[in-house]
Amino acid sequence: MIELREVTRRYADAPAVDRLSLRVEAGETLVLLGGSGCGKTTTLKMINRLVEPSSGTVLIDGVDAASLPPHLLRRRIGYAFQAVGLFPHMSVAENVGITPHLLGWPGERIRERVDALLRRVELAPEEYRERLPHELSGGQQQRVGIARALAAEPELLLLDEPFGALDPLTRDRLQRWFQDLRAELGLTTVFVTHDMVEALLLGDRIAVLREGRLIQVGTPRQLLREPADDQVAELLSSPRRQIEVFEALLEGDGA
Amino acid sequence: MKDQLALLPGYLTAHLQLVLVALLLGVAVSIPAGIWVTRRRSLEPGVLGVASVIQTIPSLALLAIMVPALAALGTFTASLGLELRSIGYLPAIVALTLYSILPILRNTVTGIESVDPALVEAARGVGMTDRQRLRQVELPLALPVIVAGVRTAAVWVVGTATLSTPVGATSLGNYIFSGLQTRNTAAVLVGCVAAALLALALDQTIRLLETGAGRRDRRRLAAGLAVLVGLYGYTAVSFAAGRSAAGAGPPVRIGAKAFTEQYILSEMLAQLVRRETGLSTEIVPSLGSTVAFDALRAGDLDLYVDYSGTIFATIMQRTDAFVGRDAVLADVERFLVEQHGIRSAGALGFQNTYALGMSSEVARRLSVRGISDLVRVAGRLEIGGDYEFFQRTEWATLVDAYGLAFARQRSMDPALMYEAVRNGDVDVISAFSTDGRIAAYGIVLLEDEKGVIPPYDALVLAGPALVERAPEALEAVSRLAGALDEQTMQRLNLAVDRDKRAPAQVAREFLAAQDAAAQ
Repeated sequence: MIELREVTRRYADAPAVDRLSLRVEAGETLVLLGGSGCGKTTTLKMINRLVEPSSGTVLIDGVDAASLPPHLLRRRIGYAFQAVGLFPHMSVAENVGITPHLLGWPGERIRERVDALLRRVELAPEEYRERLPHELSGGQQQRVGIARALAAEPELLLLDEPFGALDPLTRDRLQRWFQDLRAELGLTTVFVTHDMVEALLLGDRIAVLREGRLIQVGTPRQLLREPADDQVAELLSSPRRQIEVFEALLEGDGA
Repeated sequence: MKDQLALLPGYLTAHLQLVLVALLLGVAVSIPAGIWVTRRRSLEPGVLGVASVIQTIPSLALLAIMVPALAALGTFTASLGLELRSIGYLPAIVALTLYSILPILRNTVTGIESVDPALVEAARGVGMTDRQRLRQVELPLALPVIVAGVRTAAVWVVGTATLSTPVGATSLGNYIFSGLQTRNTAAVLVGCVAAALLALALDQTIRLLETGAGRRDRRRLAAGLAVLVGLYGYTAVSFAAGRSAAGAGPPVRIGAKAFTEQYILSEMLAQLVRRETGLSTEIVPSLGSTVAFDALRAGDLDLYVDYSGTIFATIMQRTDAFVGRDAVLADVERFLVEQHGIRSAGALGFQNTYALGMSSEVARRLSVRGISDLVRVAGRLEIGGDYEFFQRTEWATLVDAYGLAFARQRSMDPALMYEAVRNGDVDVISAFSTDGRIAAYGIVLLEDEKGVIPPYDALVLAGPALVERAPEALEAVSRLAGALDEQTMQRLNLAVDRDKRAPAQVAREFLAAQDAAAQ
């Protein structure tokens, strides 16, 4: 469980995140949704202290995150982001096994865990274990990135637009793959995206952010039924509008 | 050529001893400094600025500065019981290390800072500490860039190390300096080619490391490392060999400034000391003028030949040379003993004085016999002098006393002056009166009617340490007192400069002739 209390982050004088309070319940996936510059990535990074809050408190399972050494905190929290950031001089297996390695797991246990995860992300260990990141496609790299985030059996998972840089087909496939994975693992997950469809597809609840503030938080259904304001309503109706345009085109073809 | 090549193993080994150790020290200083700077960004402009400033000091000057700097430091450390040698290996290695810092430092900083920010974020995100991130991510990724910096430094240091000869460190520069002075093209060529080949070889070896690190190619890395380990191993063995050879007690160290006469005289002194006392000797050739005196005073040299007028004018800062040859000599000898504990083993008999020289043809045409005749035509003439001449008090005194004003003055290598005046490239030169080329090239020396140029009696000087340690060496070389007149010295110089004889051989023949005459 993650709890943010009155968390603020200022850059220069302008707040990027402004007195934001939010709870992520154990086992749920919460999506942080908003346009660029709304503070969603900053909010995410304050959970694993890649960004330090200017004020406010982040509680992880009731413990103040600021009271832990940041590197120990991060080893307990899986983290994957859009740029992936696989270490180019390490093999796929070394990349996936890095956090267990830092935690001092025995080699045999790391090997088993890496192979199991590679199978889970649908990359045959025998074939991919020794490859270098640049020998993989973008989608494969992102799956290795997620495997790396999951490697040390974290309690929490933070994902920052992990599928944002992929082509639509790959993104679609990975999103469905991730739905299964999520259901299977039942991890507490915070997922940042600006993509409404992705938010509806993957989120148990969605938190809408604008200009560093939390505008509304709720299940997709709640948001669709009772949008907090016109902007939220418009945001949520955008997939529907797209589908209408799409269907209109199809009908046009059929006529 | 063959006798030049015989010197190659010794010079090359000495050169490697300078280059490899300087590089090792450069790496040991620069990589940690570079890492430190990337952790504390505010320091970056300052640290890189200091390294850049060091780089802008001309390398020859940087080397030369080390001598007085170390001498000063030496007087301080001596009180702590630590002896520092101000000439030879130490000043060279300090200067070369300083010179190697900038490229390695700059590339370390650039290499680390150019690591993709996404990887830095990933490293933090997976839970690395700052130190783990540095060791496991930033340094491995920056390694090719850092090694490229080491490669640049290696090439620079190989080249710059040839300039360590004037501060008394043996290097491939010994070929170049003595070759230029004695007009021995073969020696200059051997020195330059050997240095160039060494630079290329090191460059390619380190390139193997660079590309090996970049492509994660174990074979290249292993090949490059094997060559380097071999070179360092060889250098370590050569150091150990040098140490055990020196076990018999320190050699008598004999200095030579950078001109022909000095090479011959240093050989004479060395041969006499060895023959008469059985002590081992080491010649430190091609020293800068004041470097030799400072080194003698500091005990880093035991013997060398200097000239009464040089000490009178440059060290004692006296301008009253008109007191006469014997008075100057007596004053200088008294000054040396009283102020510095330096003993004179006697005047050799000849003077090597500064004299203004012209081609006899031009002198006749302009009807110039003495310096006072020069005054009326100097406004149309160009004068060439050696590197220090125009800075010396003798020149200032000459200008003042006669009212000389030349159209142009040009500093040039002393070895080139005589040909320059013969070919008419300059009209007047600051000749050395014992140079064999004066007679050979038909150069006339102008009379110093007012007697303002000091007398330059060649004196064998012995440092305080030698006087204590081996008075018999002093005894041995005092046999040369009065044994060389001007014609003899000119003849010996010509044998080297024109006939390309080795200074050691010319010295040996002279001593043999002396012995024969004595019987």
